Amino acid sequence: MTRYAMTIDLRRCVGCQTCTAACKNANATPPGVQWRRVLDLETGEFPDVRRSFVPVACMHCDEPPCEEVCPTKATTKRADGLVAIDYDTCIGCANCVMACPYEARSIVHEAKFAYGDKPIKSEEVRFDSARIGVSMKCTFCIDRIDLAAKTGQVPGRDWEVTPACVNSCISGAMAFGDLDDPDSKVSRLIAENKTFRMHEELGTGPGVYYIWDKG
Amino acid sequence: MKTPKIRPGERVAPRQQHNWDWRAASNFIAGGAGGGLLAFAAFASLWGTDVRALLVAGMALIGAGLTCVWLEIGKPWRALNVYRHAATSWMTREAAVAPFVFGCGALALFTGQPLFVLLTGVFGACFVYAQARILAADKGIPAWRHPRCLPLVAATGFAEGASLLAVATPFVIPQVAGQVAVATAVLVLLLVRVLLWRNYLRGLRSDGAPVGSLRALSAIDGSFLKYGNLLPAILLLVGVLGAPLAGAALVLAGFAAVAGGWWFKYTLVRRAAYTQGFALPHLPVRGRGTSGPAVKPGWGGA
Repeated sequence: MTRYAMTIDLRRCVGCQTCTAACKNANATPPGVQWRRVLDLETGEFPDVRRSFVPVACMHCDEPPCEEVCPTKATTKRADGLVAIDYDTCIGCANCVMACPYEARSIVHEAKFAYGDKPIKSEEVRFDSARIGVSMKCTFCIDRIDLAAKTGQVPGRDWEVTPACVNSCISGAMAFGDLDDPDSKVSRLIAENKTFRMHEELGTGPGVYYIWDKG
Repeated sequence: MKTPKIRPGERVAPRQQHNWDWRAASNFIAGGAGGGLLAFAAFASLWGTDVRALLVAGMALIGAGLTCVWLEIGKPWRALNVYRHAATSWMTREAAVAPFVFGCGALALFTGQPLFVLLTGVFGACFVYAQARILAADKGIPAWRHPRCLPLVAATGFAEGASLLAVATPFVIPQVAGQVAVATAVLVLLLVRVLLWRNYLRGLRSDGAPVGSLRALSAIDGSFLKYGNLLPAILLLVGVLGAPLAGAALVLAGFAAVAGGWWFKYTLVRRAAYTQGFALPHLPVRGRGTSGPAVKPGWGGA
């Protein structure tokens, strides 16, 4: 079996938002919609102040609440762990948006472009009308994962089949791979470090592990 | 020991949801009241009351709510896809109950058979329950997923249904005993609603919830109790005691109780619907070599 997952080393993340930009570029999300973003958290009081950066997106949960509530079966949990959306089936009811505790989903009801009503050339090429009026979110760059199944490449190791955010990370904070492969980078990082998953108490089984200390 | 102050950046703390607006709220407002009305109309029919007008009103309310939500969804012409996931989705189940409500309701109106009246009431009650489960299943909104929210939403739907029956009582139940029975039933349901409401607020505060949710719900607490429950209760007592203008008291009590319930549901679905936000059980170990305390911005209570 395969269970794709991501690790994010919070000790390494510098909050540069390169992953945010890479995601936007790879997935052509409309203005105001970020499938991946980096939270900026300042805590404490002078002189004991900390600043933490937390990249967030769809957690591709083991028990996705979005899938459970979806009335159309547009949202499905794949055998490889990815939570996918069928844009041609979704009715845009937003029930999944309410069910997701990670604020990962968005619905845009009309076409929006970076500079006014008309798309610029790069937007025109990649504009997908199927995503208007339906739920959308991070896919873990699902087209790349599917490509790996055809080429035999390994997601997380071969860049062509690795999510754009992971490829772009300047500090090496993000890693991607198969949790069921004990030799994968994510499996080793999880085994060697202390990790947590966001809102684990909700029982969603997120597929993103945050590294916060050495093991 | 210093209390860690948190200055969250954009969209770290819980924020008010904006995907479900007044149209979605209207489905819970009108649908809940309509389903409750059908249930109590069926109950009243057991004593020989002519409930045809009540059935029409109940179905109209449910239809209005569903129309509102249909106007909100992103792809209205695909709306029939809603029936695809009965295995786990309460939205599918709510939608699946609706044709049975309208089908049995229509048969009840055209044939006058008591069985269809009763079935309409049963399906109306199922509709109310399904709506309450829709909110409970939405894990992203802590104020909805709280275990004490489900019974409150269901109870307020039934209280509104009984209150609408009270509004109609002077016109459809001429006997004093019948009017007293309706007033007593509404009084009991209002008491249940108040107890569940207070229990819900206590639960949210003790278990913790987004500050925005606590603020929005606390803001209506006093007025909801006074005008949505106490005032109609007093009017119902006037009706029960058989004072002059008892019929008018019943009508006013019913409208006040319904308005209170609708106000609560609008607040719950719109104003108190704050997202989970983000939390870190451990701040990462950086620089100085130690971890920081857990942080959960924008949460209160607990």
